[in-house]
Amino acid sequence: MDKWLSLLDGFQYNLVLFFGTIAAAVPLGLLICFCSMSKFKPLSYLSKVFVWIIRGTPLMLQLFVVLYVPGLVFNMPMKSRLTASFVAFIINYAAYFSEIYRGGIESIPKGQYEAGQVLGLTKTQVFMKIVLFQVIRRIVPPMGNEIITLVKDTSLARIIGVAEIIMSAERFSKAGVIWPLFSTGLFFLAMCGVLTLIFGALEKKMNYYKN
Amino acid sequence: MPILEVKDLHKSFGKTEVLKGINFKMEKGEIIAVLGSSGSGKTTLLRCINFLETATEGSIYVDGECIFDAADKTKISASEIRRRQLNFGLVFQSFNLFPQYTALENVMLAPKLLAKERADFSQNKKKIYDEIECNARNLLTRVGLGDKMGNYPCELSGGQQQRVSISRALALEPKVLFFDEPTSALDPELTNEILKVIKDLAQKNMTMIIVTHEIEFAKNVADRIIFMNEGVVLEDGTPHDVIENPKNKRTQEFLAKML
Ligand SMILES: Nc1ncnc2c1ncn2[C@@H]1O[C@H](COP(=O)(O)OP(=O)(O)OP(=O)(O)O)[C@@H](O)[C@H]1O
Ligand SMILES: [Mg+2]
Repeated sequence: MDKWLSLLDGFQYNLVLFFGTIAAAVPLGLLICFCSMSKFKPLSYLSKVFVWIIRGTPLMLQLFVVLYVPGLVFNMPMKSRLTASFVAFIINYAAYFSEIYRGGIESIPKGQYEAGQVLGLTKTQVFMKIVLFQVIRRIVPPMGNEIITLVKDTSLARIIGVAEIIMSAERFSKAGVIWPLFSTGLFFLAMCGVLTLIFGALEKKMNYYKN
Repeated sequence: MPILEVKDLHKSFGKTEVLKGINFKMEKGEIIAVLGSSGSGKTTLLRCINFLETATEGSIYVDGECIFDAADKTKISASEIRRRQLNFGLVFQSFNLFPQYTALENVMLAPKLLAKERADFSQNKKKIYDEIECNARNLLTRVGLGDKMGNYPCELSGGQQQRVSISRALALEPKVLFFDEPTSALDPELTNEILKVIKDLAQKNMTMIIVTHEIEFAKNVADRIIFMNEGVVLEDGTPHDVIENPKNKRTQEFLAKML
């Protein structure tokens, strides 16, 4: 029983990382998306390079970079390993989200904007009343995928010493008890199961029309 | 005074000049059909008048008021452009209905949003919204969609979608209603549905400019026909003049191919 409790303790870190990353990366991704779609070329190139670097390197490496580079290069060491993992996850996921948003926004036909415009709507009204819902409807499935990946990616924080669930379980396996390590899978499965249900329901709710 | 006057309108995309000086006037209640082969600039003309493109030269007047002048470089506010835009309505070839809204909601969306700018909106909100809904229902009923108001665009045929989109444009009571090949995306049966709706509007003295390839229809409904070719107006006259006795060789060739 105490082993389960200690796994649960570890899983709290996974949950905190998960929800913290979602809360920050969802809006930050939107900002990056707007930058990369900006008509101001330097800004859009900059954000495209940023997205390329983040998507082109392993998250595991990014964790190390975020943990060590501020201390080594700027003489401002990371306050804690947990903070470093937050920063790395948020940056990484914001980059992925921004590409999903961009795909969603670009998939809306020009005619939707033009129809709104000739009906005398403001740019804001066109976005809020016409485009936004269609974009959300398009991005729910890929966002669901990405968010389920995040559940499992949170265990990567272990690599820079955050005592998340797999690290907690390893303590037992080093002492010769192997089942807790395998049991960690149940936590991830449960979490992903819940998310699958939520996203499935959301998709169904928004799919009241076809196009 | 003409309700719409277009003076020397030019439009270039990069180096290619698509409109090479378009001039015409139209009176209230008049119906003009615009004919011309593919690529002659008909859509571009409609888009320039409806502020979807900015013409490179020329000017546009509505009831004597200048609403566009390419030579005038002073910045016009977005809300002023919207006010000017509302002189016109535009019906697209591809309908462009909003898929997440029902037919009725599509028609009511813009009037409801515009009503928010009225001074008496907060006091009379309920009454204003009721009026908008009543008007939208009447419009849809008039085009024969009384029983389809609650349907989403994906549940409607192309002809029905186009009728919703005509109602949507009419709901804002434009002074001039433009159609860009409203039947090109439809098969012949559905085409007649739309042509009937336009004829009905003609009877009610709606001022309209219709880009179309339906020559018979143009002949029957239009007061005037404009024939465009390579960015210029080659003919501008009554259907009898343009279709029966075209002056221009290019027009004759075009009509020979179409008829
Ligand atoms: N945004 C654009 N950029 C560059 N060229 C354009 C653009 N829009 C239109 N053109 C060009 O302008 C010309 C006129 O196009 P337009 O769509 O106005 O013709 P149209 O008379 O409506 O033809 P159709 O009968 O096929 O609809 C075409 O050669 C087209 O390639
Ligand atoms: Mg066209």
